[in-house]
Amino acid sequence: MLVFTGRRLLQAVPILLGVSLVIFGLVHIAPGNPIDMLMPPEASPEVIAQMKAAYGFDRPLHMQYLLWLGRALTGDFGVSVFNSAPVLGQLLTALGNTLVLALLAALLGFSLGIALGLVAALNHGRWPDKVLSAVATTGVSLPHYWFAIVLVLTFAVFRDWLPAQGMGDDSLPLWQRLDHVVLPVVTLSLIPMGVIGRLVRATVLEILGQEFVGALTAKGLTRGPVLRHIIKNAAPPVLALMGLQFGYLLGGSILIETVFNWPGTGNLLNLAIFRRDIPVLQATILVLASFFVLLNLLVDIAQAAIDPRIRR
Amino acid sequence: MSPDATPATPAIEATGLTVRFRRRGEPEICAVNGVGFALARGQVMTILGESGSGKSVSLKAVMGLLPPFAKVEGQVRIGGRDVLSLPPAELAKLRGGQVSMIFQEPMAAMDPVYTIGDQIAETIVQHEGTDRATAMARAKRLLDRVAIPSAARRLKNYPHEMSGGMRQRAMIALALACSPSVLLADEPTTALDVTVQIQILMLLRELQSELGMAVVFVTHDVGVAAEISDRIAVMYAGRFVEAGTVREVMRTPQHPYTRGLLASTVHGGMRRQELRTIPGNPPSLAALPAGCHFRPRCPEAVSRCMEEPPVVSPRPGAMVRCVHAERAARAADAVPA
Repeated sequence: MLVFTGRRLLQAVPILLGVSLVIFGLVHIAPGNPIDMLMPPEASPEVIAQMKAAYGFDRPLHMQYLLWLGRALTGDFGVSVFNSAPVLGQLLTALGNTLVLALLAALLGFSLGIALGLVAALNHGRWPDKVLSAVATTGVSLPHYWFAIVLVLTFAVFRDWLPAQGMGDDSLPLWQRLDHVVLPVVTLSLIPMGVIGRLVRATVLEILGQEFVGALTAKGLTRGPVLRHIIKNAAPPVLALMGLQFGYLLGGSILIETVFNWPGTGNLLNLAIFRRDIPVLQATILVLASFFVLLNLLVDIAQAAIDPRIRR
Repeated sequence: MSPDATPATPAIEATGLTVRFRRRGEPEICAVNGVGFALARGQVMTILGESGSGKSVSLKAVMGLLPPFAKVEGQVRIGGRDVLSLPPAELAKLRGGQVSMIFQEPMAAMDPVYTIGDQIAETIVQHEGTDRATAMARAKRLLDRVAIPSAARRLKNYPHEMSGGMRQRAMIALALACSPSVLLADEPTTALDVTVQIQILMLLRELQSELGMAVVFVTHDVGVAAEISDRIAVMYAGRFVEAGTVREVMRTPQHPYTRGLLASTVHGGMRRQELRTIPGNPPSLAALPAGCHFRPRCPEAVSRCMEEPPVVSPRPGAMVRCVHAERAARAADAVPA
């Protein structure tokens, strides 16, 4: 198990390097010279040369990459082209805001999804299965920005129960403005609930069809302990999907953060794209991609801890 | 109907065991039809039959392991208690306690993500409420008993880390964890190599006599049946067609199906001989032929086979379901002793 963990950790390094290369390359793949994007068109050639030297664009490409990577590793992502503020600060704020939503939405969506999938599978073919499967499918297929607007209309416009948008007065601690969190979290949990619910149902049904479940009953286990075996067997594929879904949630949903005017990573990315703010864009994508890789690494290790057949 | 005449209270007794599968949109299927037997402690009975004859379903019905759409009728008594009408909690206590089951494919019948030790200890904890350490110590002794080398290390193995024979030994250890009085064995040697098969059979026989268990052994292998059992019941299309002691059934088979089955076995002395089979295939359970179910494949079929075949008892404790057996029995009666 220790060997497996060490090997998977080592394997993550080339993946992360590859990610950083792609992100670095974005600047050069994007149409136009990066300096042209930074400078006003009427800038004199001397100023442009100065700028090039300042940003290191006069050096060979691989040196530029190494310098950029070295700085990024120490947390120095440079300054925003738009407002000249350090990128790191903006990124951390946005990430923190998204993390609140992502954690709560994951908690809600995953627990609902697991409960829904289990109950549906254990009542296979009967009415609870049909109802819950319909709920899960609805969760996957509803456009969630549309659902967000319906929620806002219902609970903020027609009934003044919950705030329609924003994070509230940020001088108050978060737990006193939880009402702002409710609608975006409910919206965001919809897809994880549906996807996880469907997978849990399918996985548990497949396990129920295996002979060892009958054998567990044959050795005198009651419903509870048998269910524990089923859950442990179903965990690896479900964990994998949960890792992916949580990664998506961390990336923040541009649509949902726009509807609820939530200053998270989705919002930040959206603004950075429109402002051609390359440093912010690079930093955000790099950090999110790293989270994604690390998350999947954690899932791999958890899977191997549960199912010994995965440790190879 | 019980073909057994053992005077002592049987460890397991089935009367008129019938299993019907009823699913919406499909014809009803009668997989087991009025099966009856009684077995005292220390006796081994083999149910012999082709695939689809209802042998495994009978065992599963005894354990209450069939899906909800299976309708089970009749009576099964284990230790004097009627299993089929037990409440779920009582049934759970009985399973793995008084009556255990071993399966054809130990790989499929064991939970892949729990260690062997955990799976055995879990059963002991469930039935006897001991702590885990005690249960683990007992699991180790059980692995020792079924001759698994370096048992302490093997306790920490997962099923996929063992060989097929080793897994089946572990499965037997698991089944014997709470010293059952009845063991149901569902083709436990079919998935194994021939050499391993013999070892497992010897182990089972040894443990059976040591613990004085009643064993119901299901197989389609005539050789295995002859090796392990005291009694044999031959099953065809959901019914026992012949039952009796191993000697009687093997030496003087009465039912044409039993004769066919015995004739189609292959052994070393048969080089250059033409191999014999029973013509045709077992009937579909959804469309059983009227009268004797074996009639369409039977070389001795007569017009009376269109009617329900009579059940004849040629000797005490034996039974044959065939018109010809009835005629033979009558002829024997007519001759003064």
